[in-house]
Amino acid sequence: MTDSPFEHHEYDVLIIGAGGAGLRAAIEAKRRGLKVALVTKSLLGKAHTVMAEGGIAAAMGNVQSEDNWMVHFRDTMRGGKYLNNYRMAELHAKESPDRVLELEQWGALFDRTKDGKILQRDFGGHRYARLAHVGDRTGLELIRTLQQKVVSMNVDVFMECKVLKLVHDQEGRIAGCVGYWRASGEFVTFQAKSVILATGGIGKSWKFTSNSWESTGDGHAMALWAGAKLIDMECVQFHPTGMVWPLSVRGLLVTEGVRGDGGVLRNSLGERFMFNYVAPMFRDETADSEEEADKWYDDHDAGRRPPELLPRDEVARAINTEVKAGRGTPHGGVYLDIATRRTPEFIRRRLPSMYHQFMELAGVDITREAMEIGPTCHYMMGGVQVDADSEATIVPGLFAAGEVAGGMHGANRLGGNSLSDLIVFGRRAGLGAADYVEAGHAATTFNQGEVDDAVHEALAPFDRASGENPYDIQRDLQDMMQTNVGIIRNASELDAAIHKLDEFTERVKNVSVKGGRAYNPGWNLATDLPSMISVSKCVTLGATMRKESRGGHTREDFPNPDPELAKVNFAQNSTGGNWDSPVEVVESPLLAVPAELKALLEETK
Amino acid sequence: MADVTMRVWRGDASGGDFESFTLALNEGEVVLDLIHRIQATEAPDLACRWNCKAGKCGSCSAEINGKPRLMCMTRMDTLPEGAVTVTPMKAFPVIRDLVTDVTFNYVQAAKVPAFLPPPMPEGGYRMFQEDVERGQEFRKCIECFMCQDVCHVIRDHEENKTHYAGPRFFIRYAELEMHPLDQNDRRDLIREEMGLGYCNITKCCTEVCPEHIKITDNAIIPLKERIVDAHYDPVAWLGRKIRRKTKTSAAAAAVQPAP
Repeated sequence: MTDSPFEHHEYDVLIIGAGGAGLRAAIEAKRRGLKVALVTKSLLGKAHTVMAEGGIAAAMGNVQSEDNWMVHFRDTMRGGKYLNNYRMAELHAKESPDRVLELEQWGALFDRTKDGKILQRDFGGHRYARLAHVGDRTGLELIRTLQQKVVSMNVDVFMECKVLKLVHDQEGRIAGCVGYWRASGEFVTFQAKSVILATGGIGKSWKFTSNSWESTGDGHAMALWAGAKLIDMECVQFHPTGMVWPLSVRGLLVTEGVRGDGGVLRNSLGERFMFNYVAPMFRDETADSEEEADKWYDDHDAGRRPPELLPRDEVARAINTEVKAGRGTPHGGVYLDIATRRTPEFIRRRLPSMYHQFMELAGVDITREAMEIGPTCHYMMGGVQVDADSEATIVPGLFAAGEVAGGMHGANRLGGNSLSDLIVFGRRAGLGAADYVEAGHAATTFNQGEVDDAVHEALAPFDRASGENPYDIQRDLQDMMQTNVGIIRNASELDAAIHKLDEFTERVKNVSVKGGRAYNPGWNLATDLPSMISVSKCVTLGATMRKESRGGHTREDFPNPDPELAKVNFAQNSTGGNWDSPVEVVESPLLAVPAELKALLEETK
Repeated sequence: MADVTMRVWRGDASGGDFESFTLALNEGEVVLDLIHRIQATEAPDLACRWNCKAGKCGSCSAEINGKPRLMCMTRMDTLPEGAVTVTPMKAFPVIRDLVTDVTFNYVQAAKVPAFLPPPMPEGGYRMFQEDVERGQEFRKCIECFMCQDVCHVIRDHEENKTHYAGPRFFIRYAELEMHPLDQNDRRDLIREEMGLGYCNITKCCTEVCPEHIKITDNAIIPLKERIVDAHYDPVAWLGRKIRRKTKTSAAAAAVQPAP
């Protein structure tokens, strides 16, 4: 018990974040008969998971029976440029089919094959048609299914609650967290024997992003401040196909399913340029002519895969190069064309939300015209370092799953592997936290001093009459990260970014908020800024340290991969535990891949 | 481009009024862009909900010129010339400015007896595309709650909220009723406690649905027919029992363990 002056709750397992990973973790922990709660910054069912479009990768072999977990493992590791935690990639490939089937037991309705099984579609980097899907709204199906399951199990859900900081006990174990209700602005404390972070990504620190306002890296930052390590923070995925026009929707995601279903990329000269960008490691399995590539769509044995379906890092870099070479569209993208390649009926049936999105927001009919697209900040491969089997961090009682956790995707994530990541590791985090609680070594005290510090810091902007508008700081940060720590990086821009982030830190200390505490978005943003700055620093530091190009991390001053750097993750930890404390970066050796799995990676087929 | 005036309702449960903001309009902008620009400049404490800004999450529902719309999907150039009025959804209590308390919907969600399938055979269930399509239409719902907002039964009669689930939940019940695997029987519950009979088929819900779900034609009317059949027609009732032997009552199903 504690003498908290605030509203106070006590749980066995507290989950922060109610997207796919958080919801799946809640189901598993609740099944163990524990007292479980979910805390979410938004309303239930609105998490970023709803934006996922293409599908859930799982080697079920419903469309191509040759598929199995070993090929999925290999594809994931190759896509991640071997920077992955191999054990996570292994568990993910082995367990995702069961996790998908489980969703149907809870009411999901996937698209079907002719013989009534779950239909699977092609996606970049996956050797076989592997993505279970519902049109192009698979994320909505996933979140709704899990949400309805969680509600039917009577898990406590606390909505529109922003968590500020994790709280320890006297021995340094995790003991809960402190936050505030967005509606009232009143503070609340949650004492918990274990905490699972499932807070998603960090994309809101970039100007052009597919991410929602929520993706401010709260979980990454809170884990860092609480003593956990972050790895691979330099590995940010820029999705090749975001909308570029109108400016109002710049960055909005265009699903990879467009390419999986036959869409191709062309420059302003009309050239299908991806044939010029096939890296040596993918040449054996990629078509070298348009004729061969086009045969593949109808019969996967008749030709090799089209180069448009290379992993996302490869395609995003190629688009960037075309635009820089002056072969871009009027609004600075390239063309994604499915109109000349598929019938209007096919496009409307397979890609209904893309049709709707372009028609309503851009006035473009994708059954008649090409889309203008370009890279957009989409996904954070890096995150909290966890044990692959239990999702435990090095801080006792703290777990992480989903986008906030690092390691699974290495230097680049394959499309479709995020939704499967959520359900495989969400479940495992629920099990890991439940095991930890049942083992009986969890925290029993609650450090009220940490609560008081967090509350004091959160309220400070109200006392600064003449400080800066939080929206100005956010806009400048997004501009700076887009320019200096974007898709292509170099030492001088990264050095400048580190310097500027110090300036941003000072600006955040001078942020001022108008109005009251009840549902005040300006204040809410002011309390997000410390996470955004903290995480931006980690990305920049990681990018400075990794003097090579690998996956989502591209250095124009080190354009090639360095085999020595393939052996290490860069791990970061906070030296003081505050948002403005210096961060230390160390090399952390990758887990050695066992011989039998290594053999899978070396097979070309 | 020209300037535009946004008349935004501001206030809380105790009352409020319109505040006008005049700002520049850029090509392709939606209502939510203007609201964001007001937040970033003149009124950082202007409350509104939003998440995806892509019509996928259903957070930014409001009434634009009096009509329920998603702010993120309403292009300014589709609205008539002149000032644009933005107000919170009327059927729910205001928290602040454009943000309303939509708890009613989460209370209704918790009342829905869960999906109840038979044990899964080895390798997964077999279902056919034509059988899942009816349910898939309803599962497109993004829970913007605008169908609830516009429904006269609760928009004009707060007292009906205790015994009326509303269109969003009628499509949820229809989805479960039409699910090829579901064995739960919710028909008595829908009739007696969810108030399906109050709906008089004015189709206002269908008109405002941003996902173009045919709420009235494809969910509410078939659901009404099913329930009327079940209640008043013993032959139809018996026939259904024989065809779908596995259907159990909600009460019986509730005590069965979840899979």
